[in-house]
Amino acid sequence: MALLEVRELHTYFSTREGDVRAVDGVSFDVERGRTLGIVGESGCGKSVTALSIMRLLPQPPARIVSGSITFEGKDLTKLRERELESLRGQEIAMIFQDPMTSLNPTLTIGTQITETLRRHLGMDGKEATQRAVSLLEEVRIPNAKARLKDYPHRYSGGMRQRVMIAIALSCNPKLLIADEPTTALDVTVQAGILDLLEELREEHQMAMVLITHDMGVVAEAADDVVVMYAGQVVEQASVLELFDHPEHPYTEALLGALPSLEGTGGRRARLASIPGRPPDLLDPPPACRFAPRCQYANLGDYCTVEPPELRELRPGHWVRSAHPASERAAVAV
Amino acid sequence: MTENGKPKEPLLVVEDLQKHFPVRSGFLVERTTDWVKAVDGVSFSIDEGTTLGLVGESGSGKSTTGYCVLQLLKPTAGSVRFEGRELTSLKAGEMRRMRRQMQIVFQDPYSSLNPRMTVGDIVSEPMEVHGIGNRKTRRESVRQLLDVVGFDPTFTNRYPHEFSGGQRQRIGIARALALNPKLIVCDEPVSALDVSIQAQILNLLRDLQRDFGLTYLFIAHDLAVVRAMSDSIAVMNQGKIVEFGEAESVYTDPQNEYTKALLTAVPVADPRRQRERKAERRRLKHALAEGF
Repeated sequence: MALLEVRELHTYFSTREGDVRAVDGVSFDVERGRTLGIVGESGCGKSVTALSIMRLLPQPPARIVSGSITFEGKDLTKLRERELESLRGQEIAMIFQDPMTSLNPTLTIGTQITETLRRHLGMDGKEATQRAVSLLEEVRIPNAKARLKDYPHRYSGGMRQRVMIAIALSCNPKLLIADEPTTALDVTVQAGILDLLEELREEHQMAMVLITHDMGVVAEAADDVVVMYAGQVVEQASVLELFDHPEHPYTEALLGALPSLEGTGGRRARLASIPGRPPDLLDPPPACRFAPRCQYANLGDYCTVEPPELRELRPGHWVRSAHPASERAAVAV
Repeated sequence: MTENGKPKEPLLVVEDLQKHFPVRSGFLVERTTDWVKAVDGVSFSIDEGTTLGLVGESGSGKSTTGYCVLQLLKPTAGSVRFEGRELTSLKAGEMRRMRRQMQIVFQDPYSSLNPRMTVGDIVSEPMEVHGIGNRKTRRESVRQLLDVVGFDPTFTNRYPHEFSGGQRQRIGIARALALNPKLIVCDEPVSALDVSIQAQILNLLRDLQRDFGLTYLFIAHDLAVVRAMSDSIAVMNQGKIVEFGEAESVYTDPQNEYTKALLTAVPVADPRRQRERKAERRRLKHALAEGF
């Protein structure tokens, strides 16, 4: 059994104009000790998926309409707030995109780390301080003992994200959810954080859900990948399989739209853009959500009438499209 | 080469540009205690119809350089020549006339458009300011400009908040084109946009360059985006240009250690290749450990 199993998750937000179907059919497994990358563009529902797992969405306006989130046999959608509180931080921890705003500017770094230790592990002041120093050392913050007394503004963006990671790791969680952990950082700083996450994940034998919009970050850090579009999982495979044989027209288009850093191309290569933009999730297309932008979908086609199911094209490779690449090739021959 | 055989001067020549910001401290009596050298002796030139990519991390001074070129910030020292005319010594009125030739596209299409103005007013405002045409001809120009940038001209009476980031950036580009400029400073024009939309805007900027012979100073932190747009590249770090050259050679054979570190730090969308790059990056990091 996988560490985390998400099945047919639907999370909606009620607004005056009706329900925004932010997450509308998301299923995936996170295996122990592995990294699952969730990739997609703004508004595709990747962060709402993460917040649904942590049950951190304010209800209302958000509500989990249906589906299950099973973590080590417990369905998180059915837990009470008190049970959730002991789970968050201890079993599942989360780090966020913006290390500038996720720390309290009026408390020292030391206070913010020891708070978690006292609360979840019941440590006393001295013990917690010692542990805080070793945590900062673990995330490679030089001169850790002295820096415990500093306030967040004395830390750079990369250092703050290291502090967030230290807090997240303080209770040895089994699962770390990292929501765009390097998006606000410069590339050289990003590289350091990705290296750190990889080392710590191995040391602590954690599983990780890495949410990102950056295909490069996925290629570097993920073992398995889920591609999301307009609230749904459209493709899922191991990282090598996904980049070697992308099946969904959206995944193909997304990879084609990336300017390349290496090899030929450069200045003269025209980028393959995707026409149009993602649908309004108040009123998404009735069938395939990518159909209006898909170059293979013709009007009156099956996929503009019936919503395609997520189906297993090859072992471990799932796709939600009537026109996956391998089937198009077969027709063309 | 011009008709009389003399080599043509580049459209824009920047020499030893400096911009220092004062650091002030003290209570009641503030004193300048230090200077931040945001731009510290930058020189480059751009030929007409080509793109110079200015790349660097946050705080490297690349945007400040762009603002100094347009005289939106007054340089502390150095020279900026546009079509042979020195801009740093121009009077305000003369500079305003020069700005018809040089425009800017900003990073954030959410905050760079006035939310109380309609799309039509936003695009026609530069023409009004410079007294170009009358109400009727301006309205026609607005339609043409919006059409050129791929924005539906029937929406001229709507407000910016009704549009997505990509559409807003098209409005910003139409406004920059309104005065038929020669040079456009693009300051991180796609970094607020999603990948699929980013490609649309990059392609648009390239089409416009081809059709109107535009010259771009293209400022961005994303090395792959800069590569896709640029003929030559300047890499900035801590207020200085650490490497300058023809785009392909900077990317395939970087000479400067910082450029190398920057290039290897970017993860590429190819898991097999990225494994090799990761190993290379870690090797380089150890080699550079004292350097940073």
